[in-house]
Amino acid sequence: MEQEPILQVENLHTHFFTKSGVVKAVDGVSFDIKPGETLGIVGESGSGKSITAMSIMRLIKDPPGKIVDGRVLFKGENLLEKSKKEMRSIRGNQISMVFQDPMTSLNPVFTVEKQMVETIQTHRKVSKKEAIDRAVELLDLVGIPSARSRLKSYPHEFSGGMRQRVMIALALSCDPEVLIADEPTTALDVTIQAQILELLERLQKELGMAIVMITHDLGVVAEVCDRVMVMYAGKPVEFSEVTELFDHPKHPYTWGLMSSIPQIKNRQDRLEAISGLPPDLRDLPQGCSFAPRCKHAMDKCHEVDPAFREHIPAHHVRCLLYEEKEEVTT
Amino acid sequence: MSNLLEVKNLKKHFPIKKGAIFPKQVGAVKAVDGVSFHVRKGETLGLVGESGCGKSTTGRAILNLIQPSEGEVIYKGEDISHYKGEKLRKLRQDIQIIFQDPYASLNPRMTVEQIIAEPMRAFGTPKKEREEKIDYLLDVVGLSSYHKHRYPHEFSGGQRQRIGIARALTLDPELIICDEPVSALDVSIQAQVINLMEDLQKEFDLTFIFIAHDLSVVHHISDRVAVMYLGEIVEVGEVEELYANPKHPYTQALLSAIPEADPHLKRDRMVLEGDLPSPSNPPAGCKFHTRCPFAEEICRTEHPELKDVSTGDHQAACHLVKEVVGSNG
Ligand SMILES: Nc1ncnc2c1ncn2[C@@H]1O[C@H](COP(=O)(O)OP(=O)(O)OP(=O)(O)O)[C@@H](O)[C@H]1O
Ligand code: SF4
Ligand SMILES: [Mg+2]
Repeated sequence: MEQEPILQVENLHTHFFTKSGVVKAVDGVSFDIKPGETLGIVGESGSGKSITAMSIMRLIKDPPGKIVDGRVLFKGENLLEKSKKEMRSIRGNQISMVFQDPMTSLNPVFTVEKQMVETIQTHRKVSKKEAIDRAVELLDLVGIPSARSRLKSYPHEFSGGMRQRVMIALALSCDPEVLIADEPTTALDVTIQAQILELLERLQKELGMAIVMITHDLGVVAEVCDRVMVMYAGKPVEFSEVTELFDHPKHPYTWGLMSSIPQIKNRQDRLEAISGLPPDLRDLPQGCSFAPRCKHAMDKCHEVDPAFREHIPAHHVRCLLYEEKEEVTT
Repeated sequence: MSNLLEVKNLKKHFPIKKGAIFPKQVGAVKAVDGVSFHVRKGETLGLVGESGCGKSTTGRAILNLIQPSEGEVIYKGEDISHYKGEKLRKLRQDIQIIFQDPYASLNPRMTVEQIIAEPMRAFGTPKKEREEKIDYLLDVVGLSSYHKHRYPHEFSGGQRQRIGIARALTLDPELIICDEPVSALDVSIQAQVINLMEDLQKEFDLTFIFIAHDLSVVHHISDRVAVMYLGEIVEVGEVEELYANPKHPYTQALLSAIPEADPHLKRDRMVLEGDLPSPSNPPAGCKFHTRCPFAEEICRTEHPELKDVSTGDHQAACHLVKEVVGSNG
């Protein structure tokens, strides 16, 4: 039988109410993730990947941000209806996040020990000594050599890769069931990225958590993800199992992404870039948001916003190329 | 093709000082430790390596943004490593740098328009020309003129990087040191910017030093590539030759670590153990020996020099690689 998803995001809308207009940063995102699964969220900058993650964690600053619609079901319970206090106990405990920018979760003026002990004691009733032992165990787990002595170090005394390991250790302190990793390797060099990806894979096997891997790198997606959601302008445009996505991509935006990557085996004379730019999220074009950049756009694409549909079993696409004529509705 | 730039035995050692009242030098971070290479006019030299290997410091030392400790930087036949004052100011119109972290260099209280106008203001570009150029450059880097009046915090990470690139293009430079210019960009825009840089290079005969960690991007854009490790160049050569036939174990590891956009691929990856050793106390002998899976006794004691390793333009610094004589590189 199919496993029940641990986290389900349904029709999530997060908007920012700014002086210059309403930024529809996340505008109808739906996906689910099963225990032990790695789900990729891939898309270009500003497509709403981080805001999706921060909405799940209820970390959107209000004002200017507001989750205006949707549900985030964690084990069947809607996180958007939880009190601030309930969220604090869920965050970092059952759902944890590794941020795009390491310095947003590590405080530069405190030692790693202080920060880890504090996080552990927020969620667990343990003595300081027990918390320190747990911190050592965690640093060991993520492969930081001579963990006990490194506890006394400040974040800046670690290399980029080691800092990312510390962040992962911090995120894992309370055995989360879902780990949201927002571009965890983007700032790292390839040899260190290879280590961190290997680490995450090992940790997932050992601890069995579900990972939401946010990335802009299709290489990382291909390597670690089971299923992938491609986002564009705040909306999911394609969602399927990873090999299906690479073997049979359906959305013109996904096609564009794939042909934009420089290939070493087969050096292109010129990259086939997607022309134009992502739309202004305060003033989305009518119809399909990708239409102004889409090589396959038809007249109706500028009028009708395609629905996100399972056109092929287990493969969702948001594109009018796959809609039957009579099915076209808004 | 003639050399536009030649770097000879460049070193940058940052002193480590201890003591608050009478600070004494107790050591040095050897960020760049004897780097030599040349850049031909109109070409792109890629500079790759792990963070902290000294690629950014090399870039900055060329521009004299940090004073080199030793060595020469010959630009159009003149050693510019000691330029100061007006000469240096003029030089910085010719040689531009695009920084790795645009957020740190973007003033949060300035609008995008003011940020891009700044270098032109400093060099006295007339207002009308400035305004036209701002619109043109915003378009060129994939932003719109409606972004002009917005502030850096209103942009996502990738969008901010583009603002930094636009600012670097304002003064029509001859040589651009690009320090991770596209690494924060998503691939569709990255492809546009790479295409754009290649177009601009052809059109205006620009020369690039392209510092990056993305080996696929470096492969695509470079004519020649230099691989750095702990302040040294361990391998350098013509791009296709170096990628097809990497000789140094570090280059081999780098190339095998690239995640490829093919979920069917199951590879034997050469995952390097450990971290980069500290550049204040680099390993003796070959600096890579602590992480090298092939290291032998000689690697721990003797420092390998760059030598010709194929009959083409290709050098590597590894004891275990055979020297090829009769090279024309
Ligand atoms: N405080 C804010 N006020 C206004 N707009 C905002 C704010 N925060 C984010 N946005 C906008 O929301 C959109 C989505 O941003 P988000 O950070 O989720 O993108 P992302 O997909 O994570 O991009 P990246 O790959 O660059 O990290 C962007 O267009 C961004 O400009
Ligand atoms: S709906 Fe039309 S414009 Fe949108 S992606 Fe499909 S073909 Fe392109
Ligand atoms: Mg993000």
